[in-house]
Amino acid sequence: MLYFSNLKTFSVLSVIIITLFFAVPNFFSKEQLNSFPNFIPKQQVNLGLDLQGGSHLLLEVDTEEIIKERVENLNADVRRVLKKNNLNYSNFKVSNESLKFVVEGLNSEIQKEISELSISNSQNILAMGDQTNLIITQEENTIQINFTEEFIKQSVSNAVAQSLEIVRRRIDELGTREPSIQRQGSSRIIIQLPGIDDPDRIKSLLGQTAKLTFQLVDTSVNFDPFNPSKAPIGSEILASDADEEFKYIVKKRIMVGGENLVDAQPGFDPQTNEPIVSFRFDRIGATKFGRVTQQNVGKPFAIVLDNKVISAPVIREAILGGSGQISGGFDSEEANDLAILLRAGALPAPLIILEERSVGPDLGADSIEAGQFAAIIGFISVIIFMIFVYRYFGLLADIALIINLFMVLGVLSLFQATLTLPGIAGIILTIGMAVDANVLIFERVREEIRNGSNMMNAVENGYKRALSTILDANITTLIAAIILFFMASGPVRGFSITLAIGIFTSVFTAFTFTRLLISLNAKRLKPNFVGLSKNA
Amino acid sequence: MLNISGTQINFLKVRVITFILSAILICLSIGAFFVNGLNFGIDFKGGTLIEIETSQEIEISGLRDNLNTLELGDVQVQEFGSSKNLLIRVEQQLGGDQVQQDVVQIVKDSLGSYLSTDINFRRTEVVGPKVSGELIQSGAIAIFVAVFAMLVYIWFRFEWQFSLGAVLALVHDVILTIGVFCITQLEFNLPIIAAILTIVGYSMNDTVVVYDRVRENLRKYRSKEITDLLNLSINDTLSRTIVTSVTTLLALLSLFIFGGEVIKGFTFAMIWGVVVGTYSSIFVAAPLLRYLDVKREWNTTSAVDSTR
Repeated sequence: MLYFSNLKTFSVLSVIIITLFFAVPNFFSKEQLNSFPNFIPKQQVNLGLDLQGGSHLLLEVDTEEIIKERVENLNADVRRVLKKNNLNYSNFKVSNESLKFVVEGLNSEIQKEISELSISNSQNILAMGDQTNLIITQEENTIQINFTEEFIKQSVSNAVAQSLEIVRRRIDELGTREPSIQRQGSSRIIIQLPGIDDPDRIKSLLGQTAKLTFQLVDTSVNFDPFNPSKAPIGSEILASDADEEFKYIVKKRIMVGGENLVDAQPGFDPQTNEPIVSFRFDRIGATKFGRVTQQNVGKPFAIVLDNKVISAPVIREAILGGSGQISGGFDSEEANDLAILLRAGALPAPLIILEERSVGPDLGADSIEAGQFAAIIGFISVIIFMIFVYRYFGLLADIALIINLFMVLGVLSLFQATLTLPGIAGIILTIGMAVDANVLIFERVREEIRNGSNMMNAVENGYKRALSTILDANITTLIAAIILFFMASGPVRGFSITLAIGIFTSVFTAFTFTRLLISLNAKRLKPNFVGLSKNA
Repeated sequence: MLNISGTQINFLKVRVITFILSAILICLSIGAFFVNGLNFGIDFKGGTLIEIETSQEIEISGLRDNLNTLELGDVQVQEFGSSKNLLIRVEQQLGGDQVQQDVVQIVKDSLGSYLSTDINFRRTEVVGPKVSGELIQSGAIAIFVAVFAMLVYIWFRFEWQFSLGAVLALVHDVILTIGVFCITQLEFNLPIIAAILTIVGYSMNDTVVVYDRVRENLRKYRSKEITDLLNLSINDTLSRTIVTSVTTLLALLSLFIFGGEVIKGFTFAMIWGVVVGTYSSIFVAAPLLRYLDVKREWNTTSAVDSTR
């Protein structure tokens, strides 16, 4: 066990040197690193948000809203079909997931027409050919229509994917440094924003669906804006964006929507110097917009964002160029944000913020400093204690411990694992526990010597006997670390990572590096090297 | 020079006393759990936490009274490490996830108008009801899965008697750790779950080393009385148990003293766990084997290390 072939020695040392090599960048500043030749690795340990400062947001796509919208659309379509075929229907019930009504004279042809609705309804959602996405059940004259589960799942999944893209665009527009935006589970989005400790603006940008529509104001009725009566059929009451109390009655029909926008930019009105957002439509949007403005000169046209009327200017003349501007009494930041939202597009469903964790840069820096100091003190006390107990062997274990620490750093840098505050705690814990493998071995060696072995045999057998114990003991800690890794997220996960890396490196160094050191000194070994007096 | 090798302490002689001691501590823990309960942090109970640093010392009770007029329910203000660092906790608001977000702004505005000093917002955490519910669930599951995984691993590597003894010791450690948080009312948050899992790993590590020696001695001394054999095994490994516990505690103490306020609770849990885990390996896990009718006829050919 003590004999090391040259090849073995070489491979052990190479593994150690390579991992140490990857730890090197952590001891230089970024500027210094850039001036180094290319063969030197440049990757430093990736600091978690709790150490470098930043903001973590967990969002959830409001999936109920998506299903509700699908049911609403289906509702309108079905009614249209029934009306077209002059069927009398009653007891129309729209629930969260289904549609139910009583109808007379429904024949198979009309039923087919309804079932085909799903295809038009889902054009953008599922390419399922002629396969229907609807389950139609009939009980005498009562019809119930449900979406298939597959369709709902797919709708939600698509909406989440789309939301992810729009969230990404909105955040990119703000010029945030290296944001990370990831999907989690079926309907969640995790956003990590390094360097941002007050994510108010981002939260407010993400808090809006930003659905922009142009709708005509219903001028057929006179009403009191502060106390409107019921809206006529086909119209709805919407509040003003600036003043919640001020209401408009607006026709439900959407003349042009935000999906036809190709650009939106903040600017200033040359006459009033008021901040505005100017926008441009694509070809389809421009045509629609031109036609509506042409036919409705002199009437007020409401610009609606997320069901609130930003403004309702009177159309003075037909706008045929496909561009226009929105002014709604906002300041320049609001105009800027609105432009961002319009450029990025509307979210398919509202986002709910489930969790926010923000750390300022000061606290992060303090944590690193405190962690480093604690690591150094812990390290020194363990080193002294080991020498006190095991003398020369203790010194060897200490050298291994130093190597071990750098290896943890090297592995962290190499795999770009994230180091968090609990992660630093994991490293410090590793300092305490890493010597365990060596302790187990040294104790065995002591025992062998007490039982009368000579030094060489004692070391030889010490390693042999300690092996299975070391493996068993470390596997239990590793199991705990692995479970933690899968159950936790964020900073705590960082702890499981450093703990696991520490287990591997400490077992590795105990079995290779310390042993190598001992074998190199094998001939000169004496019992007092392991902290035993000669007559023990 | 520290040398505790070759001791012959009769650990099993005091087993009745230590079992009773453990039983009392477990009862106390369970009692405290039902009487005091755990003082959950916002990770598990939802709500808002804001850590601020001010340029001048702040009179806490005045600030607390001021924040409690905001109609946000219970608002706690406490010193955090120094008198210029304050931790503000606002309980979870009724009305779902979206409402929680407004709290931060309300508190920030109020602090800005109430305090005349510069305020540095060091940390802001908002956890909504959905996430806190999930976190507590996954935390509990993690602990159960870890204990179960240990049970299976030890069963696989040893025999069911060892597995049972080790897991009983493990459950003992977990209960005592949760118990100390019930009694001290220290905040119980996500990192504490991580600490408990690490304690599970550490305590098991300690127990495995003793058990490993028990198994080895069972092969070596086939006719030795079980009590003597267990005593011998504990003594054989005592030096290692102490050295490793001391190095681990040295590292943890340094972290506890110098590592900063944020992870104090976490480090405290670990220190407690290492002490309890070491105690339980010697005084609970090993003596339990005496009652579990361990197998004496080990098949030596399948042994990992041949002790002949």
